[in-house]
Amino acid sequence: MSEVALVNNPNVGLDRTPKSGPYVNELTTLNLGPTHPATHGIFQNILTMDGETIVDAEQTVGYIHRAFEKIAERRPFYQITTLTDRMNYCSAPINNMGWHMTVEKLLGIEVPKRAQYIRVIMMELARLADHIICNSILAVDTGALTGFLYVYQWREFIYEIYEELCGARLTTNMGRFGGMERDLSPVAMEKIKKILAELPAALKEFESMVVRNRIFMDRTQNVGAISAERALNYGFTGPNLRAAGVDYDVRSLNPYSSYEDFDFEIPVGTKGDTYDRFLVREEEMWQSLRIIQQAMDNLPEGPYHADAPHYYLPAKQEVYRNMEALIYHFKIVMGEIDAPVGEVYHSVEGGNGELGFYLVSDGGRTPYRLKFRRPGYIYYQAFPEMIKGSTLSDAIVTMSSMNVIAGELDT
Amino acid sequence: MENVSNQQIIDALQGQFGEEAIYGIAESHGILQVTTEVEHIVPMLHFLYQHPVLKFQFLTDLGGIHFPEAKGQELGVIYHLHSLENNVRLWIKIYVPIEKPEVPTVTGLFATANWMEREAFDFYGIIFEGHPNLIRILNVEDMDYHPMRKEYPLEDATRDDKIDELFGR
Repeated sequence: MSEVALVNNPNVGLDRTPKSGPYVNELTTLNLGPTHPATHGIFQNILTMDGETIVDAEQTVGYIHRAFEKIAERRPFYQITTLTDRMNYCSAPINNMGWHMTVEKLLGIEVPKRAQYIRVIMMELARLADHIICNSILAVDTGALTGFLYVYQWREFIYEIYEELCGARLTTNMGRFGGMERDLSPVAMEKIKKILAELPAALKEFESMVVRNRIFMDRTQNVGAISAERALNYGFTGPNLRAAGVDYDVRSLNPYSSYEDFDFEIPVGTKGDTYDRFLVREEEMWQSLRIIQQAMDNLPEGPYHADAPHYYLPAKQEVYRNMEALIYHFKIVMGEIDAPVGEVYHSVEGGNGELGFYLVSDGGRTPYRLKFRRPGYIYYQAFPEMIKGSTLSDAIVTMSSMNVIAGELDT
Repeated sequence: MENVSNQQIIDALQGQFGEEAIYGIAESHGILQVTTEVEHIVPMLHFLYQHPVLKFQFLTDLGGIHFPEAKGQELGVIYHLHSLENNVRLWIKIYVPIEKPEVPTVTGLFATANWMEREAFDFYGIIFEGHPNLIRILNVEDMDYHPMRKEYPLEDATRDDKIDELFGR
């Protein structure tokens, strides 16, 4: 049987001596995606290759486009929260809370300090989860699987904390307009304390394995570099911009949700290459832990949501006992409450950069227009420029370090 | 970091382009917004980019909008600019008629405008003249309409179990 197979194989007995002539300059088209394990999402890159070198690249996006902006024009405000966490599903709470803060800005709701601090804790946990995914998978893409396993269990643990607060893990739908739907439970507090105590050891272990690793450094240094000017011109934000040396962080430039109360540093890189992006994300994880520690130490007492009965869904037991709560519950769920006329833009520092919400309200129950500024969609444009002239394996590593999330690309 | 007031931005724009070119001045939660004519948009963005003090060198976002009632100005484009040095944001709006939705591209100034303009073209049919590759980006290529326009309802119009009146809509 095997002999027959060998005979039928056209490659057996083929003349493999290199040929001369026009053969050398032949270009190949290579489809990287739409479904390819290395893209970590559904999008396509059409690469023009000269041997192992990339000559040109073109991206096709939109494979999981779900028309969120159109759907949002027909939904009451609170139903849009579930759309936002399906954008960057690696850091869903940041998206939820960014949207809540946008609507609170429009409605003029003042959120109590305790709710703001709980939001900060959850947003920083989400940033930790996001950066754990990005950095450990970057390590996997360069061939280091073990480090990924060390830190990935902590991402799982962060999801357990989400569960404590909102009952969901990936698409969280966390919080309400005006605050949180429930206070931090003792179990959640304990879990946050555990992560503060034990994640540093795992993170250190991961770093000592990867950061000064010769193979990792060779694979990532000077790979996929972009200058600060080009990065700004391409609309980069977040860790990818900071790796190029620009210290723009929404948390410090336009503080929201009491970020001005916390002491943290903004790490910046110098070259904007894959290694710098990796290091910036690593350092941001340490800073996130610092912020969570401060928020836990100084967690104010008081209510965990604003007194905004028109927009804040009342507790279920209240709905059964209290007439007003029943009325508001009905009105909110049926979407009968009109929002004021206005136009707001609010942005938060998402896992990947400036996550913005531009909301136009004509005084109806739904937004007239809602535009999401998705950082991933905007900086992914620069991908061809960043990989031209490099090899295919460098392109994979570059894409991985940019943290392109398909849900965020396509809304 | 200098403090740039919104009045300073208005004065600079009116000084350069004349008072009648800048209208619809309003402020929303501290962010200044102005409306201008289509022919001014590219010179205005260049002017703001190169201005020694204002330095609006970051295009945060660009999006379309549709107002079917406003005759002759149905489609709009909103440019969200950000001066990172001064930490000031600015919205510039332009409106074009739906029969002739032509807007000059700003990809020459901001590389990031490329996909943003493609998205606005895809969803609103705004034609960005001079754009290097103005094709649909998120929707399928053979779609023959621009779905974010208000004439396309989201829900199936043939369904009779969803009467708006009953739901207080």
